[in-house]
Amino acid sequence: MATDIIIHDKKDNVGVVVIEKITPKQDCSCWIMEDDSTVDIQSLDEIPLGHKIAMVDLNEGDTILKYGHDIGKVVKSTKKGEHVHVHNVKTKKW
Amino acid sequence: MEIPKSFLGYKRENGRAGTRNHVIILPVDDISNACAEAVANNIKGTIALPHSYGRLQFGADLELHFRTMIGTGCNPNVAAVIVIGIEPKWTKKIVDGIAKTGKPVEGFHIERTGDIGTTMKASKKAQEFVMWASEKQREECPLSDLWISVKCGESDTTSGLAANPTVGNLMDKLEPLGVHLCFGETSELTGAEKVCATRGATKEASEKFMNTWNAYNDFILKEATDDLSESQPTAGNIAGGLTTIEEKAFGNFQKIGNCKFIDVLEPAEEPTKGKGLYFMDTSSAAAECVTLQAAAGFNIHLFPTGQGNIVGNPIEPVVKLTANPLTVKGMGEHIDCDVSKILSREMNLSEAGDELIKTTIRVANGRLTCAEALGHKEFVMTKLYRSA
Repeated sequence: MATDIIIHDKKDNVGVVVIEKITPKQDCSCWIMEDDSTVDIQSLDEIPLGHKIAMVDLNEGDTILKYGHDIGKVVKSTKKGEHVHVHNVKTKKW
Repeated sequence: MEIPKSFLGYKRENGRAGTRNHVIILPVDDISNACAEAVANNIKGTIALPHSYGRLQFGADLELHFRTMIGTGCNPNVAAVIVIGIEPKWTKKIVDGIAKTGKPVEGFHIERTGDIGTTMKASKKAQEFVMWASEKQREECPLSDLWISVKCGESDTTSGLAANPTVGNLMDKLEPLGVHLCFGETSELTGAEKVCATRGATKEASEKFMNTWNAYNDFILKEATDDLSESQPTAGNIAGGLTTIEEKAFGNFQKIGNCKFIDVLEPAEEPTKGKGLYFMDTSSAAAECVTLQAAAGFNIHLFPTGQGNIVGNPIEPVVKLTANPLTVKGMGEHIDCDVSKILSREMNLSEAGDELIKTTIRVANGRLTCAEALGHKEFVMTKLYRSA
């Protein structure tokens, strides 16, 4: 099965869509770069190329991990398979 | 892949090598642009570098102006220089700075002569310079004569997944061969600054980096009126899926591979600690950053993009690469190296790094970049604060 989503690090709770888009209820194959393993996920939203999908349920205040590092905080609870972007995640910096 | 040991460059008087052979007409200040452009229009094969500043600047801002002007003239991609300013003193200061390289340089000032008389005198000298430079031949130069600068732009998540790590792979392979390398973009390391600091080759380099980043961050916090949304990340970054500055920073940081930086440079400062990777304190705006790196002496630039930044530079060729298949499809005329097959896993990172090395050497040997063919010559001075 072709790769639909790439995840940088095993610890990451988001993945990046690498096909033109995924559609709701699509069964997706995710490749984890760090250890060359594969996991599956079913999407809930339509998500375009380059945008992120939640790999687990995320609660308000949770930290988003990508590259194995903190890239921001969840500001609106998000279910596994939903689109993760500026509507539900904000910077902790500025 | 066996990495070539040499490229074909122009050997300069001071021992450096150029990937280009430009004769530039360099205005000292904004009001000398018209005369510089008139000279470049008269004498074919020369290029004028108009810009917006150079009057009433003072302190560190003025020092940066001179460093950028002199450094641009000193860059080995430049064979000879005509300097044109309104007043004699600052014009001479820049001429004297460039003359230290041993390359032909002559200055002209406009006061008491006017644009037309100055254009005539400068044109005669420019013709002499360009005909002299046109006889220069490319010669075999060791790969270590490459000074490679990097900066990414209009990034998206494909930049951090693939295009930036491709640059990192190139750095990992070329650093042991003795090239000079430079990354910058102080503000765009925000969120990854502590991890970046650990990549200093010495405690001193790490501390210098943190001091530099802290100063830039303090300035941003002082001037910020909102959360900087659409400035950092940009609207283009957000359209491409980047959500926060931290995410952008960790993507950005992939460009240095596993290399460690040996020193932290002021904007446009020439590195003096020999081969290896340097960090330069720069703006994260593409044209400003590349202009500063070119002024520090870097002779070829690698520019990974996601959504499709189109920047070029008048003297330093800018090689673009992208991993975003939509960018390749929609604006392929801007992309020198397509690494989008990494996303479909038809190409691995090492293969992509090899492709980029091949492209880099072809461009160093003289192949025009997309930005050069399309006429991109963005020359943008960094201004630190208001003039006096």
